[in-house]
Amino acid sequence: MAETVTKEQIKEKVTEALVELGADKDAIKPEAEFEALELDSLDLVELAQIVEEEWGVEITAKDMETLKTVGQALDIIAERAS
Amino acid sequence: MSRRVVVTGVGAVSPLGVGAPALIDRWTAGECGIEDGFGRCDAFDPAERLTRKEAKRADRFTQLAQVAAIEALEQAGFEDAGIDPERTGCIIGTGIGGINTIEEQHDVLGEKGAKAISALAIPMLMANAASGSVAMRNNLKGQCYGTVSACAAGAHAIGAGLRMVQYGDADACIVGGSESALTPLTEAAFAVMAALSPTGVSRPFDARRDGFVMGEGAGVLVLEAEEVALARGAEVLGYVTGYGATADAHHLTAPDPSGEGAARAIRAALKDAGVEPEELCYVNAHGTSTPMNDRAETEAIVAALGEHATEVPVSSTKSAIGHLLGAAGAVEAVATLLALRAGVAPPTIGWEEREEGMDLDYVPGEAKEMAVRTGDQELAAVGGASGPAVANGASGSLPEDGPGRRIGISNSFGFGGHNAVICLEAS
Repeated sequence: MAETVTKEQIKEKVTEALVELGADKDAIKPEAEFEALELDSLDLVELAQIVEEEWGVEITAKDMETLKTVGQALDIIAERAS
Repeated sequence: MSRRVVVTGVGAVSPLGVGAPALIDRWTAGECGIEDGFGRCDAFDPAERLTRKEAKRADRFTQLAQVAAIEALEQAGFEDAGIDPERTGCIIGTGIGGINTIEEQHDVLGEKGAKAISALAIPMLMANAASGSVAMRNNLKGQCYGTVSACAAGAHAIGAGLRMVQYGDADACIVGGSESALTPLTEAAFAVMAALSPTGVSRPFDARRDGFVMGEGAGVLVLEAEEVALARGAEVLGYVTGYGATADAHHLTAPDPSGEGAARAIRAALKDAGVEPEELCYVNAHGTSTPMNDRAETEAIVAALGEHATEVPVSSTKSAIGHLLGAAGAVEAVATLLALRAGVAPPTIGWEEREEGMDLDYVPGEAKEMAVRTGDQELAAVGGASGPAVANGASGSLPEDGPGRRIGISNSFGFGGHNAVICLEAS
């Protein structure tokens, strides 16, 4: 299952999740920082739960400390989902 | 010397609609917001006033408080008032807190396990979420906390805010109460202790009353030091002049049948306000529609007000919206102040059958004008010529030589034996 996930699919799902969490859709870009999207640590925990439910990928609290941008999150998800 | 405290804004979300005008206008007209045994805020849509993110991060009790606070702060013109945020407090009470969230997340725990619990669970369910969220949204940086005293929480919040401003710890305080507990667990729990009305009818003080009807909503008032409000040219709606709070120390849920603790709270509020019983134009009762409360409260009013008890109109907002638990005291204080401003006592809807020994004027049928003393009568009363001059007949119309002081009290009592009474005066 995991092998079939494409970066595009991940990007699509993560964007959808971030919009659900309150981010402005047009501002969601790989280089966008979560802080600029007004997403905080609580939002990232929710994002991690969505990611885990969707692809079985675990993002730990320690990972989250280093995640600053949308692109970093997409990379870590893609890496662990493949 | 404590400072005089004015009210410059009020807001309410209730089963009668969104907004304080809907509450007072519809109740005064004798309309009831209870349907199928519950007082739901069906007209409330958080998306109308809150961002998607604000709404998502808030239990319904916090959403209700936020919208009531927006209304009150807008009326007060608070945003441009120039009041120092660090000199502005925020106290919002609740009976239970985020019970909707507790029940939802408990289901998630059972169905999906611990890892699926929302990161927002705690910030949404905590009972101080409403006060913290209102402070955050409106940049209120003074003392901020929630009061927790069951169905007296809203009144305790007003009392605590009153003291904060009177004492000078703050120049303004946003106070209120909020509750949204129309959940299966709450309903079952109140029902099993026979507190809820099995017929789903709220008719306080009526001989046929059989329990309370649960409602939801929020009420918020903006309290300010009079000097601060006048200096900025704010419109003064009225005054919070007195506060009295006591405990029954009798039983965890049943009121002291003598009403002794409640009577002490009424007396304390009047003394704090420097008001004689005869000066009261209106009593907004706790009036839950439970057999025990309404009888004990009647005893308390008689004990505290003496002969004036049977002359002053006494009505219960719960006849129109049900029992809003921790929001009740705040929503009812809003209703009391607006009723005093109109000089009209709204009715106890559904009151028809008198119970022996409960002989107050519960304002049956329809609203009635309050009897307001004129300045002359007040002078006569102060002079002690022939005892306190009371009322100006049944007509109650405002005298031609100018309106007298319109003073009322709002009673709130809570499980745990908490009694809190607020004395209000229209400007």
